[in-house]
Amino acid sequence: MVHTDIQLDSSNHETSMGSTTGVVDRNELQKKRKERAEKIGKWVMPFIVFVITIWLWDYIVSSNEIPHYILPGPGLVVDTLIQDLGILFSALKVTLQITLLALAVAVIGGVGLAILFTQSKFVEISFFPYAVILQVTPIISIAPLIFIYVDNRMVGLLLCAWIVAFFPVLSNTTLGLNSVDHNLKDLFKIYEANRWQKLLHLQLPSALPYFLGGLRIAGGLALIGAVVAEYVAGTGGIGSGLAYTILEAGYRLNIPRMFAALLLIAGTGVLIFVLLSFLSHLLLHKWHESALEKET
Amino acid sequence: MSENKSPLLLELKKVGKTFAEDIVALKDMDLRIHSGDFISLLGPSGCGKSTALRIIAGLTTPTLGQVDWKVNHGSGSIGVVFQEATLMPWATVEKNVWLPFRLQNKSFQETKDEIEHSLELVGLKEFIKSYPRELSGGMKMRVSIARALVTDPKVILMDEPFAALDEITRFKLNNDLLALRETIGCTIIFVTHSVFESVFLSDRIAVMAARPGRVIQELIVDEPYPRGETFRTSASYGIICRKTSDALKLSMEN
Ligand SMILES: Nc1ncnc2c1ncn2[C@@H]1O[C@H](COP(=O)(O)OP(=O)(O)OP(=O)(O)O)[C@@H](O)[C@H]1O
Ligand SMILES: [Mg+2]
Repeated sequence: MVHTDIQLDSSNHETSMGSTTGVVDRNELQKKRKERAEKIGKWVMPFIVFVITIWLWDYIVSSNEIPHYILPGPGLVVDTLIQDLGILFSALKVTLQITLLALAVAVIGGVGLAILFTQSKFVEISFFPYAVILQVTPIISIAPLIFIYVDNRMVGLLLCAWIVAFFPVLSNTTLGLNSVDHNLKDLFKIYEANRWQKLLHLQLPSALPYFLGGLRIAGGLALIGAVVAEYVAGTGGIGSGLAYTILEAGYRLNIPRMFAALLLIAGTGVLIFVLLSFLSHLLLHKWHESALEKET
Repeated sequence: MSENKSPLLLELKKVGKTFAEDIVALKDMDLRIHSGDFISLLGPSGCGKSTALRIIAGLTTPTLGQVDWKVNHGSGSIGVVFQEATLMPWATVEKNVWLPFRLQNKSFQETKDEIEHSLELVGLKEFIKSYPRELSGGMKMRVSIARALVTDPKVILMDEPFAALDEITRFKLNNDLLALRETIGCTIIFVTHSVFESVFLSDRIAVMAARPGRVIQELIVDEPYPRGETFRTSASYGIICRKTSDALKLSMEN
């Protein structure tokens, strides 16, 4: 009797353990393993692709003996980057300065205009179409005009970058300010909140996630705007940015420097995106669903 | 019987509401609310319960008739609880409850005691620093109730506050709401679909009919408070539920 009991127990070991520890659900295990693989793969896979690309690039250049004024190998690009760091860095500083300044003005202008729009529907319907027109007209076609009318090169560059960057801030913030929970709106009305209280305590916090989404897009666009504008502005001299460095290097057939500058621009774009994403996470992770999902 | 015992708080006189395209949501609705009443508005979907509540809250104006307040009322004299908890997700529980005061330009510090007391009443004192997303549906609703209570309002309006919750949580919150009312003796106007809920909670039930929305019958639930689980299983509870149910059926045929 006792003997069979024990036998039964051991044969049924897996199921009889029930909800206590020790039993492993194969499905869950698989899911967990897959999740872990994805988590590691998120970093490892792009890295592998990167390594293979670099290797392939190097291989093609060296095996075909491609001259460096047509396609420099990756080693030469890095060498140039280090060698020309002084020139490139001061150029980067100029581009970055314009980008960040344009972004700042885009935030002030975009949010300010969005607030103005929500205060008066008439202002919104009067001006929103023009904001759209400004956005859909390619900056490269407006930029030459801007440099005709604006004497100051810096101001012209800033204006171009701003035109490109401000729209996502404006449209996202407008959307956010208008998508307030209607019950909360009623609540504010019941407590006789005035227009500013409503804006400050209800609309602006509601709009924050939308605004941050727009800001992330605007960051990249500001850089694009700054670079494009500089291409159009052309002649540099002192205080010219990375785009001009690329142009100039192109005239001199200094292809490795072109690549090095390109690398810096791409890196800057990535950096801006990462920083703005981090800012967004910092501001939202306590309460917003999008941040919540990222955490788990 | 509840007519004379306490002073009249507000009165709806022949209130009508017509929306665009001639949707008559309310017509000739009469209702008298006395201080200390727990009155339920019971009726089929679309009969204008929410509209009536919104008119009392001052969120919309009646097309016809009027709402007569017998007492002075201003910011903070009405508390509202909606079907959803309607909390600000970016603010902690205590900051959410602070909102009514904040809109009266009162600082958090000077109203801290009231806020804590209110949260204590709904049993959420340990969660004052939590964000809404960290709470269950029932707990969020409690925060919403605490926020409605915090200004010590003359009347609390509740629009199907527990309809989105599971039954166990709803029963619990029903009990707690009654206990709460014993402590602070507030006036409550409670909108519900549920016959059982209206009988369990209120001392008066205004049964409404649709098209046009109006009160067709008022039932008095002459049962003493405090009511607990024993009332829920008592014979008289069953009888009153039956009576209310019949009235509701009549209103739907109407
Ligand atoms: N803003 C509005 N515009 C037009 N019609 C409306 C509006 N609000 C309500 N109605 C109409 O008025 C009638 C009453 O609506 P109300 O929301 O008051 O009903 P209710 O009794 O609360 O219904 P439920 O139980 O489904 O919440 C409905 O026919 C509805 O379609
Ligand atoms: Mg309703």
